[in-house]
Amino acid sequence: MITKYEDLKEQKILITGATRGIGKAIALACAENGAHVVFNYRGDESRAQGLKDELQAAGASQVTAIAFDINDYDTMKTNLDAFVKEHGAIAKLVNNAGISRDQLAMKVKPEEIDEVLTTNLKSAMVLTNHMSRQFLKAKEVSIVNMSSVVGLMGNKAQTVYAASKAGMIGYTKSFAKELGSRKMRCNAICPGFIATEMTDDLAEKAREEYIKAIPLGDYGSTEDVANLTLFLLSNASKYITGEALKVDGGLYI
Amino acid sequence: MEIQEKVISIVSEAANVEQGNIKGETSFVEDLNLDSLDMVEMMMKMEEEFGVEIPEDKTEDLKTINDVTNYLKANVN
Repeated sequence: MITKYEDLKEQKILITGATRGIGKAIALACAENGAHVVFNYRGDESRAQGLKDELQAAGASQVTAIAFDINDYDTMKTNLDAFVKEHGAIAKLVNNAGISRDQLAMKVKPEEIDEVLTTNLKSAMVLTNHMSRQFLKAKEVSIVNMSSVVGLMGNKAQTVYAASKAGMIGYTKSFAKELGSRKMRCNAICPGFIATEMTDDLAEKAREEYIKAIPLGDYGSTEDVANLTLFLLSNASKYITGEALKVDGGLYI
Repeated sequence: MEIQEKVISIVSEAANVEQGNIKGETSFVEDLNLDSLDMVEMMMKMEEEFGVEIPEDKTEDLKTINDVTNYLKANVN
């Protein structure tokens, strides 16, 4: 069940990493709320068109696919600026794009650290910082950064991923403090064990072990994360900022 | 309206200070207590109002009303 928020109707909502997993569920949830969904894609135009059609069918007031790789800052800035020039300032942003390269700490290569920190953390920072100027012209700005429960509790074989997600929380809190006076809100979401393509890869035994540790006794769905995202984007959460909220069934209490 | 008058009017709004208390030599930071974020916002308003781009490395030199007025006089068509 997707929650509906009247104020998200026709709102421009920019979502990174919307082509699959949690990001796609968020994009669909925004579409169901009648938002103008804006997402980036790299390369695969037909896949982007497919998602565009899907979002339109789900009820989006408008859908815009912008071609850029989140690690290609120049293209990202140019294409976002062009969008804002045409459609006006964006007030809602979901930094969701992320990767993981799980590996024992002793085996992690420096290049893997760069890759994960750059994609998960730096790109979100560069994008948000760049959008900040135009945020000054928008009303009811809300930024949602996808962190992870492992950014709070840590996890073996996820030193790099956890560091990137913990970094996201530090960024979120600092941004919330810096721009709170301009009524901009910034929050992080820390999903726990959510069923996605990413977690499908986990061995059955590992999955069972995880579930044992979850008080609510099951893994979460991408819709669970999408519902919190909608709440944080909407003005229903207008007095909440600088938070890192868990959607984890109690995994980390 | 003269450039200086427009500048004073924008600054007066940004700093929440009466126009009569703002003069050419008034400093944004020292006299009006504007912080760096206020400055960015104010420069954005200048850019909009005068249809000119003020590069970020230039804004650091624009410390007073006169600085901004002179910059605009030299750069606005």
